[in-house]
Amino acid sequence: MPIDILMPALSPTMEEGTVTKWVKKVGDVVKSGDVIAEIETDKATMEVEAVDEGELVEILVPEGTEGVKVNAVIARIAGEGGAALAPPPVAAVAPVAAPAPASVPAAPIEVVTLADPDLPAGTEFVTMTVREALREAMAEEMRRDGDVFIMGEEVAEYQGAYKITQGLLQEFGDKRVIDTPITEHGFTGIAVGAAFGGLKPIVEFMTFNFAMQAIDQIINSAAKTLYMSGGQMGCPIVFRGPNGAAARVGAQHSQDYAAWYGMIPGLKVVMPYTAADAKGLLKAAIRDPNPVIFLENEILYGHSFEVPKLDDYVLPIGKARIHKAGKDVTLVSFGIGMTYAEKAAVELAGLGIDAEVIDLRTIRPMDIETVIASVKKTGRCVTIEEGWPQGSVGSEIAFQIQSNAFDYLDAPVARVTGKDVPMPYAANLEKLALPTVGEVVEAARAVTYR
Amino acid sequence: MAVRPVADKRPRAAGAAQSKSGVKPAKAAAGVNYQIAEFSKDEELKAYHDMLLIRRFEEKAGQLYGMGLIGGFCHLYIGQEAVVVGIQMCLREGQDQNTTSYRDHGHMLAAGMQARGVMAELTGRRGGYSGGKGGSMHMFSREKQFFGGHGIVAAQVPIGAGLAFANKYRGTDNVSVVYFGDGAANQGQVYETFNMAQLWKLPVIFVIENNRYAMGTSVSRSSAQTDFAKRGESFNIPGEQVDGMDVRAVKAASERATQWCRSGNGPYILEMQTYRYRGHSMSDPAKYRSKDEVQKMRDERDPIEQVRKRLVEKGWASEDDLKEIDKSVRAVVTEAADFAAADAEPDPSALWTDILL
Repeated sequence: MPIDILMPALSPTMEEGTVTKWVKKVGDVVKSGDVIAEIETDKATMEVEAVDEGELVEILVPEGTEGVKVNAVIARIAGEGGAALAPPPVAAVAPVAAPAPASVPAAPIEVVTLADPDLPAGTEFVTMTVREALREAMAEEMRRDGDVFIMGEEVAEYQGAYKITQGLLQEFGDKRVIDTPITEHGFTGIAVGAAFGGLKPIVEFMTFNFAMQAIDQIINSAAKTLYMSGGQMGCPIVFRGPNGAAARVGAQHSQDYAAWYGMIPGLKVVMPYTAADAKGLLKAAIRDPNPVIFLENEILYGHSFEVPKLDDYVLPIGKARIHKAGKDVTLVSFGIGMTYAEKAAVELAGLGIDAEVIDLRTIRPMDIETVIASVKKTGRCVTIEEGWPQGSVGSEIAFQIQSNAFDYLDAPVARVTGKDVPMPYAANLEKLALPTVGEVVEAARAVTYR
Repeated sequence: MAVRPVADKRPRAAGAAQSKSGVKPAKAAAGVNYQIAEFSKDEELKAYHDMLLIRRFEEKAGQLYGMGLIGGFCHLYIGQEAVVVGIQMCLREGQDQNTTSYRDHGHMLAAGMQARGVMAELTGRRGGYSGGKGGSMHMFSREKQFFGGHGIVAAQVPIGAGLAFANKYRGTDNVSVVYFGDGAANQGQVYETFNMAQLWKLPVIFVIENNRYAMGTSVSRSSAQTDFAKRGESFNIPGEQVDGMDVRAVKAASERATQWCRSGNGPYILEMQTYRYRGHSMSDPAKYRSKDEVQKMRDERDPIEQVRKRLVEKGWASEDDLKEIDKSVRAVVTEAADFAAADAEPDPSALWTDILL
């Protein structure tokens, strides 16, 4: 009985990959541990080793095939001696394909994302991933300013744990692209000292979860020293890396720090969603004379967006963007929260509710004016974020709205957040812990009384 | 058979450290390094003046605290003056960087900062180095390359190494000196910094001011390895134990350290064996040690008295000359205190400035 070889998941967030090479051919006998193929994910090219033994009888996915879904059958082995194992029960672990919401009509509703009104007429766009946009932003700024350097774990020779810094070592050398030991507290302090000394460090945290080891240096040293020195000691530094939940990485690797850092005077906090914003805002962050917390998201790294093809695309920090115009309810989100808001807006359109979607982009300083202006128009607001509810970004937005637009409100502000629990590991519980599109839709229906 | 720690047999200054340019770490026998630099008359007089300025300044600060003019925490440096003064004699003012903890008034004066600006910061006035917004623990001067003044124990250690990183990045031969105490020496980030400083050969001198007490906890009650010069051994950072009460020994050691760093050999550790006469802060009754212990140190080891005696013995200064120096120092301190008491508090609008650039 033949044994199926399935497309393996090679990272927590991998959904598909490219079969770059078959090392074994049809007719070869493979032994357990033999490399049978090479598979490229969005992070790395990995060798796939055989677990089962026997003759390779069939290759179903030829070399060079892109977009092969995890768990798809890519080859078959004839089991030896009839001791073939049954293929793993795929159905039980099948990727949780969200069933199409019943409320969405068959014909897709087009949600028009607004173009940046500040772009010159006739600007061309290129499609790129958030990952590529971040890399371009850093490379461009490093070309522009010799005082900019990047340090962090695996940023140089490994080419970045998430490939954000890929190629930077080759272009800029090891003086400016610096692998650190695993020592967040120490290297963050060293980077802060280098910034006090006039350099412009970019510190990559492999994830912001690890930056908790360094949070004293970020807050007590980087954020407060300008004030404590009566304005003498600027700290031009960017702290960046993935923030929030990836997929199935458990409670210690899934925390969203937007509200934490958003509270601290002396910091700017940026959390982009699109590749264009990631690029334009990271360039701005590197040029900013203040410490900037730049919160990325592992799941978004592989998402593609249109990015303006301009020589020097820099966006202002502290300015929200109206992602989609609407008149019935204001959905405010940022970072990966925007994926829920965007999908909810489509569903709501199907229900005849015209949502305005605001991408906050910067948590601190917060562009509350844009939110207030929208709420004055819609009279209703739902905030969406993956972080915890108490003291959330949404809490602050709700406070600002009740102080600045109370008379315009037709319903209390609703808040969709991650649940008030440490992130569980089990797939079903993790789904329950995170916000859902359905929750956003329900909240929007509640505030519009529909 | 008794097992003896291998480290005890090793040469004092980490044997594995290799010099790039013939500079050698000290090779003193086990124990404190009493090698001294021979001081000229001018050097003795300068050391005397600079140490006395710190002592009188700190005494005045203690008075002002008692009068309620200085609030919050106030950590005095009395007794430890020889450490910063001896090291500063080897530094290039305005080029080499100094970074220290919250016990920082002496370091600022030694770095060339004005007494009135420091005192006015202690009283929280607009003429203070931070405009009254930093306080005793947080003062800075870009002009004098003084980078604080840090209130979190040991947080200054990686920051000082980061300044050394900037020196190396820019290709200068400036040296960053970072001071911390025997208490801070037990913080994890110190060792994270030692590792990277040696890995990247950063020109940083780690000065461990061992004044024997981390607040109320004596070194022997807090530290498994009480020889702080050895704390860099596992990173191959050379270290010396130095008599921190003798300004000549301090200078001799810091000459070796600065030369080592300037020549591109990486970091260096100086454990300065010193003593603070006052409590940890103004609110510390210092019941963890005997009055006799303090008195003995003052009588036998006082850093200023040592210099005064030599000046008189060598005939380099008469009692009258010394009185003149004392008078001029007191005048500077009195002027600083008067200014600090009379200067206006910050304008209320300053509450909202200097948060972002």
